[in-house]
Amino acid sequence: MLEIRWHSRAGQGAVTGAKGLADVVSTTGKHVQAFAFYGSAKRGAAMTAYNRVDDKMIMNHEKFMAPDYVLVIDPALVYIADFTANEKESTVYIITTHMTTAELIASQPKLEGKKVFTVDCIKISQETIGKAIPNTPMLGALMKVSGMYEMDFFKENMIRVLKKLPQKIIDANMIAIQRAYDEVK
Amino acid sequence: MADTMELRDIEVWDGNMAASQALRQVQVDVVAAYPITPSTPIVENYGNFTANGYVDGEFVMVESEHAAMSGCIGASAAGGRVATATSSQGFALMVETLYSASGMRLPIILNVVNRAIGAPLNVNGDHSDMYLGRDSGWIQFDAYCPQDAYDLNFIAFKVAEDHDVRLPAMVHQDGFMTSHTAQGVKTMTDEEGFAFVGEFQPMNDMLDLDHPVTHGVQTEEDWHFEHKARQQHALMTAALPKIQEAFDAFEKYTGRKYNLVETHMVDDAEMVVVCMGTSVETAMEVVDELRAKGMKVGVVGIRVFRPWPLEQLAEVLKNVKAIAALDRSSPHGTVGMLYNEIAGSLFNTDTKAVLTNYIYGLGGRDLTKVHLVGIFNDLKANMDAGKPTTALQQYIGLRGPKLSFF
Repeated sequence: MLEIRWHSRAGQGAVTGAKGLADVVSTTGKHVQAFAFYGSAKRGAAMTAYNRVDDKMIMNHEKFMAPDYVLVIDPALVYIADFTANEKESTVYIITTHMTTAELIASQPKLEGKKVFTVDCIKISQETIGKAIPNTPMLGALMKVSGMYEMDFFKENMIRVLKKLPQKIIDANMIAIQRAYDEVK
Repeated sequence: MADTMELRDIEVWDGNMAASQALRQVQVDVVAAYPITPSTPIVENYGNFTANGYVDGEFVMVESEHAAMSGCIGASAAGGRVATATSSQGFALMVETLYSASGMRLPIILNVVNRAIGAPLNVNGDHSDMYLGRDSGWIQFDAYCPQDAYDLNFIAFKVAEDHDVRLPAMVHQDGFMTSHTAQGVKTMTDEEGFAFVGEFQPMNDMLDLDHPVTHGVQTEEDWHFEHKARQQHALMTAALPKIQEAFDAFEKYTGRKYNLVETHMVDDAEMVVVCMGTSVETAMEVVDELRAKGMKVGVVGIRVFRPWPLEQLAEVLKNVKAIAALDRSSPHGTVGMLYNEIAGSLFNTDTKAVLTNYIYGLGGRDLTKVHLVGIFNDLKANMDAGKPTTALQQYIGLRGPKLSFF
């Protein structure tokens, strides 16, 4: 069982990102689950979304999760959200920030000694898609760090997931995914 | 003629999308709806399908849930295949008309995405609304995951529209835990999905001018009792066999098997939890883990909640020594509904299991695997003692001082 927790602000696309990832993973024959904590969330409020991936049917519906990956797609959340909750020794963090990994850890001591990767999904999405929608670039970074799938396979499936969007936006998303894949450190 | 939608064999859908795709595939004629969280996407998606030509149907926007069900009653009485969806406060507002639908013997399908009822206001999943519906004369199916929400809609139409049944049916799913959780759903093609249910065959429809009938009549003490008794007779004698028939037909059709009472590792189990919704599946996983440690544990899930499967439940529980009834609704003033129903199902049998009650998950509070392990440990103590070692009614996952009654 692979478990992923997303930290996001409502409106940044974590739910779409989690569902998109589930959709792609499902095409490989694995079982998936994607869900989120909503509450009466307003745009901009801190929120979490979740993925489970397994070789067998996923029966567990508890919201509790000790994640293998924590994906933070808003740079401020590492200072205000409990993003290390229920972590394991092996938990990998991929965090959106304009800082280097060393600068980030210096600014947030909770990350010391952890497996931390950084990438600026906000900047990437602004420069490619034209607005701060950091969800798809984060998936590119996850593909690099986890080695889950080949980039070509992943992008091909993401094109299908995003098919309702205008072609221009789909193309921009593909560039964003590739850039995050290349730039995550 | 509606357009066909190409679906993959497995689609990653949440429970809401699964339910709305089923409504599309059976080609519902009329949806009258007043959307409410978390069921909103079901009718929203149907409206989208209709507007884009995927359904030959009519989406009727109304001013309240009371009007939504009233619109459904009118359309169903007129001879259409009719469905809608609601939750929580909306369901509560619909209650008066639910009794009209069942009393008028109209096979309407209502998707209820279970949600807490305020105050305090809460949008998350518990079973308060589902429990509120249990005397309304509807058949009530319970889905545990998005796949169930898809499949049970087809089964619900097949049973409700059967001329020996002619009763409305609800398909329940847990708010957010199923309705907004995306999982793989095995699909039928549009042709297969429609063929399982077939063309709607109305009975006593209002617009059949050669055979005029009256709907929505008044009967006082001269006939009211006979009408209600006949309605109960259909629910008690026709519904369960027809549901079983539909389950069997569905298994032949798709390979997916449903049972009136779902069981997991119950045959030789000494300790069993009985619950509904997503909790059933989580408990199955816990049971597998405890079995590996040598505990003889099992899970019973209620799949058909009304009519209550009294005999079937007594049969699966007959050798069990300790039972926990898990209710996701505050019974306000007594033990939980499942405790009462299980007690009633076993009272005249030789089964003398220790029965206790847990209230859990109100307003979407998480039911964790750790909670379930704790419940099974209580059951072990009860079994060993041959009597309850705890209060009869306890709370699980509640913060603050421990609360228990009886």
